[in-house]
Amino acid sequence: MPYVLLLVINAVFVNNFVLSRFLGICPFLGVSKKTETALGMGIAVIFVMGVASVITYAIDLALVAGGMEYLRTIVFILVIAALIQLVEIFVKRFSPSLYSALGVYLPLITTNCAVLGVAIMNVTELAEVNVLYAFVNGVASGVGFTIAILILAGIREKLELADIPDSFKGFPITLLSASIIALSFAAFSGLSF
Amino acid sequence: MKKADLKKTFEPLTTGVFKNNATFRLVLGTCPTLAVTTSAVNGLSMGLATLFVLVCSNALVSMLRNFIPRKVRIPAYILVIATFSTLVEMIMRKFLPDLYESLGLFLSLVVVNCILLARAESFASLNPVIPSVLDGIGIGLGFTFSLTLLGFIRELMGAGSIFGYELGFLVEAGLPMTVFILPAGGFMVYGFMMVIFNAVVKTVENKLAARKAAAGGDE
Repeated sequence: MPYVLLLVINAVFVNNFVLSRFLGICPFLGVSKKTETALGMGIAVIFVMGVASVITYAIDLALVAGGMEYLRTIVFILVIAALIQLVEIFVKRFSPSLYSALGVYLPLITTNCAVLGVAIMNVTELAEVNVLYAFVNGVASGVGFTIAILILAGIREKLELADIPDSFKGFPITLLSASIIALSFAAFSGLSF
Repeated sequence: MKKADLKKTFEPLTTGVFKNNATFRLVLGTCPTLAVTTSAVNGLSMGLATLFVLVCSNALVSMLRNFIPRKVRIPAYILVIATFSTLVEMIMRKFLPDLYESLGLFLSLVVVNCILLARAESFASLNPVIPSVLDGIGIGLGFTFSLTLLGFIRELMGAGSIFGYELGFLVEAGLPMTVFILPAGGFMVYGFMMVIFNAVVKTVENKLAARKAAAGGDE
Protein backbone atom coordinates (compact mmCIF):
# COMPACT_ATOMS: atom_id res chain seq x y z
CA MET A 1 0.00 0.00 0.00
CA PRO A 2 2.71 2.57 0.84
CA TYR A 3 4.21 1.95 -2.59
CA VAL A 4 0.91 2.81 -4.25
CA LEU A 5 0.76 6.09 -2.38
CA LEU A 6 4.32 6.84 -3.36
CA LEU A 7 3.55 6.11 -6.99
CA VAL A 8 0.61 8.50 -6.90
CA ILE A 9 2.53 11.38 -5.31
CA ASN A 10 5.41 10.78 -7.67
CA ALA A 11 3.28 10.74 -10.82
CA VAL A 12 1.01 13.64 -9.89
CA PHE A 13 3.46 16.09 -8.34
CA VAL A 14 7.14 15.20 -8.30
CA ASN A 15 7.50 13.86 -11.82
CA ASN A 16 4.46 15.54 -13.30
CA PHE A 17 4.12 14.29 -16.86
CA VAL A 18 3.81 17.65 -18.51
CA LEU A 19 5.82 19.91 -16.29
CA SER A 20 8.83 17.82 -15.49
CA ARG A 21 8.91 14.94 -17.98
CA PHE A 22 7.77 16.94 -21.02
CA LEU A 23 5.28 14.37 -22.23
CA GLY A 24 2.02 15.41 -23.82
CA ILE A 25 3.07 18.98 -24.52
CA CYS A 26 1.13 19.17 -27.79
CA PRO A 27 -2.34 18.83 -26.22
CA PHE A 28 -1.07 20.82 -23.22
CA LEU A 29 -0.46 23.81 -25.49
CA GLY A 30 -3.14 23.04 -28.06
CA VAL A 31 -6.25 22.31 -26.00
CA SER A 32 -5.74 24.67 -23.08
CA LYS A 33 -7.63 27.71 -24.31
CA LYS A 34 -10.69 27.07 -22.12
CA THR A 35 -11.04 25.29 -18.80
CA GLU A 36 -13.98 23.15 -19.98
CA THR A 37 -12.18 21.73 -22.99
CA ALA A 38 -9.06 21.25 -20.88
CA LEU A 39 -11.08 19.24 -18.38
CA GLY A 40 -12.62 17.14 -21.16
CA MET A 41 -9.18 16.36 -22.55
CA GLY A 42 -7.88 15.59 -19.07
CA ILE A 43 -10.64 13.09 -18.32
CA ALA A 44 -10.17 11.39 -21.68
CA VAL A 45 -6.45 11.09 -21.01
CA ILE A 46 -6.95 9.64 -17.50
CA PHE A 47 -9.35 7.09 -18.93
CA VAL A 48 -7.17 6.00 -21.85
CA MET A 49 -3.97 5.96 -19.79
CA GLY A 50 -5.52 3.69 -17.17
CA VAL A 51 -6.82 1.21 -19.74
CA ALA A 52 -3.69 1.39 -21.92
CA SER A 53 -1.40 0.77 -18.94
CA VAL A 54 -3.11 -2.50 -18.08
CA ILE A 55 -3.30 -3.80 -21.64
CA THR A 56 0.24 -2.85 -22.68
CA TYR A 57 1.55 -4.38 -19.45
CA ALA A 58 -0.13 -7.68 -20.28
CA ILE A 59 1.21 -7.59 -23.83
CA ASP A 60 4.69 -6.80 -22.61
CA LEU A 61 4.65 -9.98 -20.50
CA ALA A 62 4.04 -11.91 -23.70
CA LEU A 63 6.75 -10.00 -25.58
CA VAL A 64 9.33 -10.59 -22.84
CA ALA A 65 8.40 -14.26 -22.67
CA GLY A 66 9.00 -14.49 -26.42
CA GLY A 67 12.26 -12.53 -26.18
CA MET A 68 10.98 -9.81 -28.51
CA GLU A 69 11.44 -6.65 -26.44
CA TYR A 70 12.70 -4.75 -29.48
CA LEU A 71 9.18 -4.84 -30.92
CA ARG A 72 7.85 -2.86 -27.94
CA THR A 73 7.51 0.52 -29.64
CA ILE A 74 5.73 -0.80 -32.73
CA VAL A 75 3.40 -3.10 -30.84
CA PHE A 76 2.55 -0.55 -28.17
CA ILE A 77 1.70 2.23 -30.59
CA LEU A 78 -0.50 -0.05 -32.67
CA VAL A 79 -2.23 -1.38 -29.58
CA ILE A 80 -2.84 2.14 -28.31
CA ALA A 81 -4.18 3.31 -31.67
CA ALA A 82 -6.51 0.31 -31.85
CA LEU A 83 -7.47 0.69 -28.21
CA ILE A 84 -8.53 4.28 -28.69
CA GLN A 85 -10.74 3.28 -31.61
CA LEU A 86 -12.27 0.54 -29.47
CA VAL A 87 -12.79 2.83 -26.52
CA GLU A 88 -14.45 5.33 -28.84
CA ILE A 89 -16.87 2.74 -30.20
CA PHE A 90 -17.54 1.37 -26.73
CA VAL A 91 -18.18 4.73 -25.12
CA LYS A 92 -20.37 5.81 -28.04
CA ARG A 93 -22.51 2.70 -27.63
CA PHE A 94 -22.83 2.58 -23.85
CA SER A 95 -22.51 6.13 -22.66
CA PRO A 96 -23.53 8.68 -25.29
CA SER A 97 -23.35 11.48 -22.73
CA LEU A 98 -19.71 10.72 -21.92
CA TYR A 99 -19.04 10.38 -25.65
CA SER A 100 -20.40 13.80 -26.46
CA ALA A 101 -18.45 15.23 -23.51
CA LEU A 102 -15.17 13.77 -24.73
CA GLY A 103 -15.96 14.60 -28.34
CA VAL A 104 -12.95 15.09 -30.57
CA TYR A 105 -10.46 14.55 -27.76
CA LEU A 106 -10.61 10.77 -27.89
CA PRO A 107 -9.12 10.34 -31.39
CA LEU A 108 -6.64 13.14 -30.70
CA ILE A 109 -5.10 11.12 -27.90
CA THR A 110 -3.48 8.73 -30.39
CA THR A 111 -0.80 11.30 -31.04
CA ASN A 112 -0.43 12.17 -27.37
CA CYS A 113 3.02 10.89 -26.55
CA ALA A 114 2.11 10.73 -22.87
CA VAL A 115 0.08 7.57 -23.41
CA LEU A 116 2.90 5.72 -25.15
CA GLY A 117 5.28 7.27 -22.62
CA VAL A 118 3.43 5.88 -19.63
CA ALA A 119 3.12 2.47 -21.30
CA ILE A 120 6.86 2.25 -21.92
CA MET A 121 7.71 3.71 -18.54
CA ASN A 122 5.55 1.13 -16.77
CA VAL A 123 7.62 -1.71 -18.14
CA THR A 124 11.06 -0.11 -18.10
CA GLU A 125 11.31 2.35 -15.22
CA LEU A 126 9.07 1.26 -12.35
CA ALA A 127 10.92 -0.33 -9.44
CA GLU A 128 8.24 -2.92 -8.76
CA VAL A 129 5.73 -3.84 -11.41
CA ASN A 130 2.47 -5.70 -11.40
CA VAL A 131 -0.85 -4.99 -13.04
CA LEU A 132 -2.13 -2.93 -10.12
CA TYR A 133 0.94 -0.68 -9.98
CA ALA A 134 0.86 -0.19 -13.75
CA PHE A 135 -2.81 0.79 -13.56
CA VAL A 136 -2.24 3.17 -10.64
CA ASN A 137 0.72 4.75 -12.36
CA GLY A 138 -1.31 5.23 -15.54
CA VAL A 139 -4.26 6.85 -13.79
CA ALA A 140 -2.07 9.02 -11.55
CA SER A 141 -0.06 10.24 -14.54
CA GLY A 142 -3.34 11.16 -16.21
CA VAL A 143 -4.40 13.08 -13.11
CA GLY A 144 -1.07 14.93 -13.15
CA PHE A 145 -1.67 15.86 -16.78
CA THR A 146 -5.18 17.09 -15.97
CA ILE A 147 -4.00 19.27 -13.10
CA ALA A 148 -1.30 20.86 -15.23
CA ILE A 149 -3.58 21.54 -18.20
CA LEU A 150 -6.32 22.95 -15.94
CA ILE A 151 -3.93 25.40 -14.30
CA LEU A 152 -2.64 26.56 -17.68
CA ALA A 153 -6.17 26.90 -19.07
CA GLY A 154 -7.13 29.05 -16.10
CA ILE A 155 -4.19 31.33 -16.72
CA ARG A 156 -4.86 31.55 -20.45
CA GLU A 157 -8.45 32.57 -19.88
CA LYS A 158 -7.17 35.54 -17.92
CA LEU A 159 -4.49 36.27 -20.51
CA GLU A 160 -7.21 36.80 -23.12
CA LEU A 161 -7.98 40.10 -21.42
CA ALA A 162 -4.39 41.19 -20.96
CA ASP A 163 -2.52 43.62 -23.17
CA ILE A 164 0.31 41.53 -24.63
CA PRO A 165 3.07 42.74 -27.01
CA ASP A 166 2.49 41.56 -30.56
CA SER A 167 5.35 39.09 -30.88
CA PHE A 168 4.42 37.47 -27.57
CA LYS A 169 0.84 36.70 -28.60
CA GLY A 170 -0.25 33.07 -28.90
CA PHE A 171 2.27 30.37 -28.17
CA PRO A 172 5.17 32.40 -26.71
CA ILE A 173 3.17 33.85 -23.82
CA THR A 174 1.65 30.41 -23.18
CA LEU A 175 5.12 28.89 -22.99
CA LEU A 176 6.27 31.58 -20.58
CA SER A 177 3.24 30.95 -18.34
CA ALA A 178 4.00 27.23 -18.50
CA SER A 179 7.56 28.02 -17.49
CA ILE A 180 6.37 29.72 -14.31
CA ILE A 181 4.03 26.82 -13.48
CA ALA A 182 6.92 24.41 -14.05
CA LEU A 183 9.08 26.48 -11.74
CA SER A 184 6.55 26.15 -8.94
CA PHE A 185 6.21 22.41 -9.58
CA ALA A 186 9.99 22.10 -9.39
CA ALA A 187 9.59 22.71 -5.66
CA PHE A 188 7.93 19.31 -5.35
CA SER A 189 11.21 17.65 -6.29
CA GLY A 190 12.07 17.90 -2.59
CA LEU A 191 9.39 15.26 -2.02
CA SER A 192 11.10 12.61 -4.13
CA PHE A 193 12.06 9.46 -2.28
CA MET B 1 15.44 22.08 -66.59
CA LYS B 2 14.47 25.71 -66.39
CA LYS B 3 15.57 27.82 -63.49
CA ALA B 4 12.02 28.32 -62.26
CA ASP B 5 11.42 24.55 -62.20
CA LEU B 6 14.61 23.97 -60.28
CA LYS B 7 13.63 26.63 -57.80
CA LYS B 8 10.23 25.05 -57.34
CA THR B 9 11.71 21.60 -56.82
CA PHE B 10 14.01 22.82 -54.09
CA GLU B 11 11.44 25.08 -52.49
CA PRO B 12 10.41 22.56 -49.79
CA LEU B 13 14.03 22.46 -48.66
CA THR B 14 14.30 26.13 -47.74
CA THR B 15 10.74 26.68 -46.51
CA GLY B 16 11.27 23.71 -44.19
CA VAL B 17 14.17 25.38 -42.48
CA PHE B 18 12.78 28.89 -42.05
CA LYS B 19 9.23 29.66 -43.08
CA ASN B 20 7.81 26.30 -42.00
CA ASN B 21 10.29 25.72 -39.20
CA ALA B 22 8.71 22.85 -37.28
CA THR B 23 9.68 24.06 -33.84
CA PHE B 24 9.16 27.81 -33.97
CA ARG B 25 6.55 28.27 -36.70
CA LEU B 26 4.46 25.10 -36.88
CA VAL B 27 4.91 24.30 -33.16
CA LEU B 28 5.09 20.57 -33.77
CA GLY B 29 7.17 18.02 -31.93
CA THR B 30 7.33 20.11 -28.79
CA CYS B 31 7.85 17.19 -26.39
CA PRO B 32 11.30 16.13 -27.62
CA THR B 33 12.16 19.77 -28.24
CA LEU B 34 11.80 20.61 -24.58
CA ALA B 35 12.92 17.32 -23.09
CA VAL B 36 16.23 16.62 -24.78
CA THR B 37 17.62 20.12 -25.21
CA THR B 38 19.46 20.20 -21.89
CA SER B 39 22.67 20.15 -23.92
CA ALA B 40 23.62 21.02 -27.49
CA VAL B 41 24.90 17.51 -28.28
CA ASN B 42 21.63 15.91 -27.17
CA GLY B 43 19.63 18.39 -29.22
CA LEU B 44 21.78 17.80 -32.28
CA SER B 45 21.60 14.01 -32.10
CA MET B 46 17.85 14.00 -31.46
CA GLY B 47 17.45 16.30 -34.46
CA LEU B 48 19.51 14.01 -36.66
CA ALA B 49 17.63 10.90 -35.52
CA THR B 50 14.34 12.62 -36.35
CA LEU B 51 15.75 13.82 -39.68
CA PHE B 52 16.63 10.27 -40.66
CA VAL B 53 13.25 8.85 -39.69
CA LEU B 54 11.45 11.74 -41.39
CA VAL B 55 13.29 11.35 -44.71
CA CYS B 56 12.77 7.56 -44.76
CA SER B 57 9.12 7.69 -43.75
CA ASN B 58 8.35 10.53 -46.17
CA ALA B 59 9.94 8.54 -49.00
CA LEU B 60 8.09 5.33 -48.18
CA VAL B 61 4.74 7.01 -47.59
CA SER B 62 5.13 8.86 -50.87
CA MET B 63 5.92 5.64 -52.74
CA LEU B 64 2.92 3.91 -51.20
CA ARG B 65 0.56 6.87 -51.53
CA ASN B 66 -1.51 5.27 -54.30
CA PHE B 67 -1.79 1.91 -52.55
CA ILE B 68 -2.83 2.90 -49.06
CA PRO B 69 -6.63 3.06 -48.73
CA ARG B 70 -7.79 6.40 -47.41
CA LYS B 71 -9.56 4.92 -44.39
CA VAL B 72 -6.61 3.12 -42.85
CA ARG B 73 -3.99 5.68 -43.79
CA ILE B 74 -3.20 6.90 -40.28
CA PRO B 75 -2.40 3.42 -38.85
CA ALA B 76 -0.40 2.71 -42.02
CA TYR B 77 1.68 5.88 -41.59
CA ILE B 78 2.23 5.11 -37.91
CA LEU B 79 3.43 1.63 -38.81
CA VAL B 80 5.90 3.04 -41.37
CA ILE B 81 7.19 5.61 -38.87
CA ALA B 82 7.42 3.05 -36.06
CA THR B 83 9.50 0.73 -38.24
CA PHE B 84 12.12 3.39 -38.96
CA SER B 85 12.20 4.73 -35.43
CA THR B 86 12.75 1.22 -34.07
CA LEU B 87 15.59 0.89 -36.58
CA VAL B 88 17.22 4.10 -35.32
CA GLU B 89 16.75 2.94 -31.74
CA MET B 90 18.47 -0.38 -32.42
CA ILE B 91 21.37 1.19 -34.34
CA MET B 92 21.97 3.79 -31.64
CA ARG B 93 21.81 1.23 -28.85
CA LYS B 94 24.48 -0.83 -30.59
CA PHE B 95 26.88 1.89 -31.71
CA LEU B 96 26.24 4.89 -29.43
CA PRO B 97 25.19 3.44 -26.05
CA ASP B 98 25.95 6.67 -24.11
CA LEU B 99 23.76 8.76 -26.34
CA TYR B 100 21.09 6.05 -26.19
CA GLU B 101 21.08 6.39 -22.40
CA SER B 102 20.87 10.17 -22.35
CA LEU B 103 18.07 10.42 -24.92
CA GLY B 104 16.32 7.55 -23.13
CA LEU B 105 12.58 7.32 -23.49
CA PHE B 106 12.42 10.04 -26.11
CA LEU B 107 14.14 7.94 -28.72
CA SER B 108 11.24 5.49 -28.66
CA LEU B 109 8.90 8.43 -28.63
CA VAL B 110 10.13 9.66 -32.04
CA VAL B 111 7.28 7.52 -33.30
CA VAL B 112 4.63 9.80 -31.80
CA ASN B 113 6.44 12.97 -32.81
CA CYS B 114 3.67 14.94 -34.47
CA ILE B 115 6.07 16.34 -37.10
CA LEU B 116 6.39 12.91 -38.72
CA LEU B 117 2.68 12.24 -38.94
CA ALA B 118 1.94 15.81 -39.98
CA ARG B 119 4.41 15.68 -42.90
CA ALA B 120 3.26 12.21 -43.97
CA GLU B 121 -0.35 13.37 -43.99
CA SER B 122 0.00 16.88 -45.38
CA PHE B 123 2.95 16.48 -47.78
CA ALA B 124 4.24 12.98 -48.54
CA SER B 125 0.82 11.47 -49.19
CA LEU B 126 0.11 14.09 -51.87
CA ASN B 127 3.50 14.51 -53.59
CA PRO B 128 5.95 12.37 -55.59
CA VAL B 129 9.01 10.83 -53.97
CA ILE B 130 11.69 13.45 -54.69
CA PRO B 131 9.84 16.51 -53.34
CA SER B 132 8.81 14.42 -50.32
CA VAL B 133 12.40 13.50 -49.57
CA LEU B 134 13.44 17.13 -49.98
CA ASP B 135 10.61 18.21 -47.71
CA GLY B 136 11.82 15.65 -45.17
CA ILE B 137 15.36 16.99 -45.36
CA GLY B 138 14.18 20.60 -45.08
CA ILE B 139 11.87 20.08 -42.13
CA GLY B 140 14.39 17.74 -40.50
CA LEU B 141 17.21 20.27 -40.86
CA GLY B 142 15.00 23.03 -39.48
CA PHE B 143 14.16 20.81 -36.51
CA THR B 144 17.81 19.90 -35.97
CA PHE B 145 18.80 23.55 -36.21
CA SER B 146 16.26 24.69 -33.61
CA LEU B 147 17.02 21.82 -31.24
CA THR B 148 20.74 22.47 -31.40
CA LEU B 149 20.19 26.18 -30.87
CA LEU B 150 17.93 25.62 -27.84
CA GLY B 151 20.36 23.05 -26.44
CA PHE B 152 23.27 25.43 -27.00
CA ILE B 153 21.58 28.28 -25.13
CA ARG B 154 20.38 26.13 -22.25
CA GLU B 155 23.75 24.42 -21.87
CA LEU B 156 25.62 27.73 -21.95
CA MET B 157 23.32 29.48 -19.49
CA GLY B 158 22.65 26.49 -17.26
CA ALA B 159 25.95 24.62 -17.09
CA GLY B 160 28.44 27.13 -18.48
CA SER B 161 29.66 24.83 -21.23
CA ILE B 162 29.58 24.64 -25.03
CA PHE B 163 29.06 21.24 -26.64
CA GLY B 164 30.30 19.58 -23.45
CA TYR B 165 33.43 21.75 -23.01
CA GLU B 166 33.25 23.63 -19.75
CA LEU B 167 34.11 27.30 -19.87
CA GLY B 168 36.07 27.80 -16.64
CA PHE B 169 35.73 31.57 -16.40
CA LEU B 170 31.93 31.39 -16.65
CA VAL B 171 31.70 28.82 -13.89
CA GLU B 172 34.10 30.74 -11.66
CA ALA B 173 32.13 33.93 -12.14
CA GLY B 174 29.09 31.99 -10.92
CA LEU B 175 27.13 32.74 -14.06
CA PRO B 176 25.52 29.36 -14.78
CA MET B 177 21.96 29.21 -13.50
CA THR B 178 20.69 25.70 -12.94
CA VAL B 179 17.16 26.80 -13.72
CA PHE B 180 17.97 26.75 -17.44
CA ILE B 181 18.62 23.02 -17.29
CA LEU B 182 15.42 22.46 -15.32
CA PRO B 183 12.08 22.03 -17.13
CA ALA B 184 11.07 25.60 -16.29
CA GLY B 185 14.10 26.93 -18.17
CA GLY B 186 13.15 24.82 -21.17
CA PHE B 187 9.74 26.45 -21.43
CA MET B 188 11.24 29.88 -20.88
CA VAL B 189 14.04 29.65 -23.48
CA TYR B 190 11.63 28.12 -25.98
CA GLY B 191 9.13 30.93 -25.40
CA PHE B 192 11.68 33.70 -25.84
CA MET B 193 13.25 32.03 -28.89
CA MET B 194 9.84 31.86 -30.48
CA VAL B 195 9.31 35.56 -29.85
CA ILE B 196 12.64 36.38 -31.52
CA PHE B 197 12.11 33.98 -34.43
CA ASN B 198 8.62 35.33 -35.10
CA ALA B 199 9.83 38.91 -34.99
CA VAL B 200 12.73 38.17 -37.38
CA VAL B 201 10.61 36.24 -39.86
CA LYS B 202 8.00 38.99 -39.83
CA THR B 203 10.57 41.71 -40.45
CA VAL B 204 12.18 39.76 -43.30
CA GLU B 205 8.82 39.05 -44.88
CA ASN B 206 7.81 42.71 -44.64
CA LYS B 207 11.09 43.77 -46.25
CA LEU B 208 10.68 41.24 -49.05
CA ALA B 209 7.12 42.36 -49.64
CA ALA B 210 8.22 46.00 -49.69
CA ARG B 211 11.00 45.21 -52.18
CA LYS B 212 8.58 43.29 -54.35
CA ALA B 213 6.12 46.17 -54.28
CA ALA B 214 8.92 48.62 -55.17
CA ALA B 215 10.12 46.41 -58.04
CA GLY B 216 6.56 46.04 -59.28
CA GLY B 217 6.19 49.81 -59.22
CA ASP B 218 9.27 50.26 -61.45
CA GLU B 219 8.09 47.98 -64.20
